[in-house]
Amino acid sequence: MKWVMLIILCVSGPAWAGEARPLADDPVAEARLKHLAVELRCLVCQNQTLADSNAPLAEDLRREVREMIAKNMSDQEIIEFLVSRYGDFVLYRPPLKATTTLLWVGPFVLLTIGATALVITLRRRAHTVVDVVVTDEEHRKVEQLLAEGGKRS
Amino acid sequence: MNRFLLPLSIFVVVVGFLGIGLTLNPREIPSPLVGKAVPDFSQPQLYDREKVLSPADLKGKVWLLNFWASWCNGCKTEHPVLMELAKSGEVPIYGMDYKDQQDEAMAWLRRWGNPYPIVGVDEAGRVGINFGVYGVPETYVIDKQGVIRYKQIGPLDPDTVAKKIIPLVKQLESQ
Repeated sequence: MKWVMLIILCVSGPAWAGEARPLADDPVAEARLKHLAVELRCLVCQNQTLADSNAPLAEDLRREVREMIAKNMSDQEIIEFLVSRYGDFVLYRPPLKATTTLLWVGPFVLLTIGATALVITLRRRAHTVVDVVVTDEEHRKVEQLLAEGGKRS
Repeated sequence: MNRFLLPLSIFVVVVGFLGIGLTLNPREIPSPLVGKAVPDFSQPQLYDREKVLSPADLKGKVWLLNFWASWCNGCKTEHPVLMELAKSGEVPIYGMDYKDQQDEAMAWLRRWGNPYPIVGVDEAGRVGINFGVYGVPETYVIDKQGVIRYKQIGPLDPDTVAKKIIPLVKQLESQ
């Protein structure tokens, strides 16, 4: 058995070592690869997806995914294969877990804090502006003063 | 005074977070494999392609698995550290020649010295994928039961070896 594996490894090694292979003959499989690869992160160039990256590791991982597709594994199984090796980091959308709660809930918490602060500030401001009740007497005085001011100019 | 207190405290908190962010290395991805059984492999040996290197043969001892390649710059930086560790006899370091050419790998070891009792060959990088390798060099500490206990991403340095690797190996040896 080891012999067979050895031969397979020796033979297949150089064959794989080339540039990214052209699109496989099976367009359905290629579409699935594309669909999966945009969800997966390239671990070398961390802001690129597996689909965009030209890093050798990304090529290897695409090859690996291609083979798993050929083996008829489900998307779920393929993603689990990668997560078990590279961790959640390989996913472009981190799953909702205890360790990622802050990541998912954080923006909403900040939004709530901001909204609460806004409401409190507005309420406080409303209190500081006291409604001034102007009596008729005062009204007359104001008009009189305005009228006098007009004469002077 | 009071009205500056809130913005100031927010500023301090933000600076605190950013400061912590600066000390983290985004290249270091925590490995889900630490604490799990070492992935099985059976790879041809660099110096004798008819023999294989397999974790099954190393059960019962504490060992290191070092992924390296002759084309890798970090490996050259790390190499003297590995030579020193190998010479100390604290722990055997098994090598995995990752996506490399056989003749170049051999020439590299001839030139810089060979710290490995056995070097396995991973031409296609498949063992690397099973170990979650995303850049060489990477080093794994594996215990007697064949469980991965530690993963070093990037080159080992004398400080890490003295403060992390050797104490961990000693502790695992005594178990």
